[in-house]
Amino acid sequence: MTIDSMRGRPPEGGPAEPGLVQLLTPEGERVEHPDYPLDLSAEDVRGLYRDLVLVRAIDREAVSLTRQGELGLWASLLGQEAAQIGSGRALTAHDMVFPTYREHGVAYCRGVEPLKLLGMFRGVNHAGWDPAAHGFHTYTIVIGSQTLHATGYAMGIQRDGVLGTPNAGAAIAYFGDGATSQGDVNEAFVFASVFNAPIVFFCQNNQWAISEPLERQSRIPLYRRAQGFGFPGIRVDGNDVFACLAVTRRALENARTGQGPTLVEAFTYRMGAHTTTDDPTRYRLRSDEEAWKLKDPIERVRAYLRRSGLVDDAFLASVDAEGKDIAADLRTRCRALPDPRPEAIFENVYAAPHALMTEEQEAFAAYLATFEEEVA
Amino acid sequence: MTTLTLGRALNEGMRRAMEDDPKVLVMGEDVGRLGGVFRVTDGLQKDFGEERVIDTPLAESGIVGTAIGLALRGYRPVCEIQFDGFVFPAADQIITQLAKMHLRSLGAVKLPVVVRIPCGGGIGAVEHHSESPEAYFAHTAGLRVVACSNAADAYTMIRRAIASPDPVIFFEPKRRYWDKADVSTEVALSDLPDLHAAQVVQPGDDVTVLAYGPSVKTCLEAAAAAATEGRSLEVIDLRSLNPLDMDTVEASVARTGRCVVVHEAPVFAGFGAELAARITERCFYRLEAPVLRVGGFSTPYPPSRLEDHYLPDLDRVLDAVDRTFAW
Repeated sequence: MTIDSMRGRPPEGGPAEPGLVQLLTPEGERVEHPDYPLDLSAEDVRGLYRDLVLVRAIDREAVSLTRQGELGLWASLLGQEAAQIGSGRALTAHDMVFPTYREHGVAYCRGVEPLKLLGMFRGVNHAGWDPAAHGFHTYTIVIGSQTLHATGYAMGIQRDGVLGTPNAGAAIAYFGDGATSQGDVNEAFVFASVFNAPIVFFCQNNQWAISEPLERQSRIPLYRRAQGFGFPGIRVDGNDVFACLAVTRRALENARTGQGPTLVEAFTYRMGAHTTTDDPTRYRLRSDEEAWKLKDPIERVRAYLRRSGLVDDAFLASVDAEGKDIAADLRTRCRALPDPRPEAIFENVYAAPHALMTEEQEAFAAYLATFEEEVA
Repeated sequence: MTTLTLGRALNEGMRRAMEDDPKVLVMGEDVGRLGGVFRVTDGLQKDFGEERVIDTPLAESGIVGTAIGLALRGYRPVCEIQFDGFVFPAADQIITQLAKMHLRSLGAVKLPVVVRIPCGGGIGAVEHHSESPEAYFAHTAGLRVVACSNAADAYTMIRRAIASPDPVIFFEPKRRYWDKADVSTEVALSDLPDLHAAQVVQPGDDVTVLAYGPSVKTCLEAAAAAATEGRSLEVIDLRSLNPLDMDTVEASVARTGRCVVVHEAPVFAGFGAELAARITERCFYRLEAPVLRVGGFSTPYPPSRLEDHYLPDLDRVLDAVDRTFAW
């Protein structure tokens, strides 16, 4: 007898069971959802469109730079722009983001310079921005670890006694479908639930954990995991920037007013590779990628803008041009990023002086100085 | 000056830190109503409330991971891991996150988190309740690793650890929890001894004996026994493993010329190996014998009916002392 580890039908339609909150169809038609009304001005919609185009331009440039050897690695967000911009634009200054390593669009929304993100993948440092200044924590590489940090931070917000006031913020933790299998994510769900912490768990279900499909992570739709932990879960069309904005806005507001955590599952697709070292042709079908292309997050907003007469060709061209300019500037500045000084290895390991570190640092500096003497 | 057990001294130290700073939190499994499985946090929840003394879900990674988040929000969490062998589910959060976030953020993030771990054997416990995992953490840059050995030190060290801007792994010798000593509880934080200074707890001239945590008392007993045979052992309580106070160690070994290192963890790749290597580097021409190590065997911690054979006792310490003279 052989063991068929994939045997058995997943209950109730399997992990990909549909049922999305959607406010904008793939054809660019605005639809209403009774629970998620969204009132956007023409300016708001144009702004969201611009955000989507610009982060795609930044991402595309980073991929190119990686191919040309300027970056050691890049985790592309291609296809996930709406999930990131929609949720990112739902945040206020009081909220705190705990990202993975792919949240370039959310970083953009929080005012983190794209060059800082590139610096990390170039190997200049491990994360060169101040999390408190941006409300955007450092990228986390180990899968799912940051969901606990976000939960603890949310517990801190509770203890500060600001929930329900205008100064209230919430924590939002980003992670992927693969992360939902991690112990830390499940522990974060438990802590958040039993302490009723003001947090939004924002899962970008992009269907693939490197080469492993969603079916290898779950036999039920991911948003329904929340029910088992005792808080609401909602599945949103992750390629619909309007829906992502509305759903995240609601979830954050619930958190800020003391109503506890929400799991948002943004149902989307990673159009590129997991990272630039990955080869998706080994594990997925071209036809799947083609099918998801029809749901492109930017195309549908553009179609809506045109359909509604909110933009003209000049606007669309100007946004494209702006994207090109940002990319060109990013390329120039990325190439100009200097390598850090060798002594930087020892800097910031400890907050207070540390005898061993000081001893090694001084010995290393003396060693380096011997080369300078030789040159002299 | 008050006479306290080591466990009570830790309790008083945490209490004082919580009184002084409303941002200090205590969190862990059973730390609230029960007061911890060793009662080290006894009464704290009653006095400081459930928001500051948090009975957490049963999840070690969750305890340390959320403590990191609380620290990011400006709090100073003191986590309790119930037993040494249970720290491994939290090892990822400690090693990949707690230790590295200050560096990762170029110094923007400080994580003043203390992880308290009752450690070592000698209480007749079952598997996973008697281990000495200090070398794993001492090996990780970004952490500070300390071990207290007596009540007076426990009080000052826990206060210093909580005040540290860096994460501190704080080992408590569980078989010494009930040992009493005089403790000065009125000292201001600024007047407390340096967290990372080793202490000569028994001056002597013939052999330097290095120990920390539960082994210090064993070594003091060995020194007393050796004295009756005319040998003078200098016992140093390292107190801190990372950073390590090598100056105090060197000053002693340079004078005695002989050194025995004692710990409960397995000798192979244990903390004693680091000490032996560093002493060799610093004192090579002044050594009369190699640095000898006394510790646990390269086996998992044995069933409790065998632990007396596993744990370094007075006789094994004295045997090593004899061997340094036979060289």
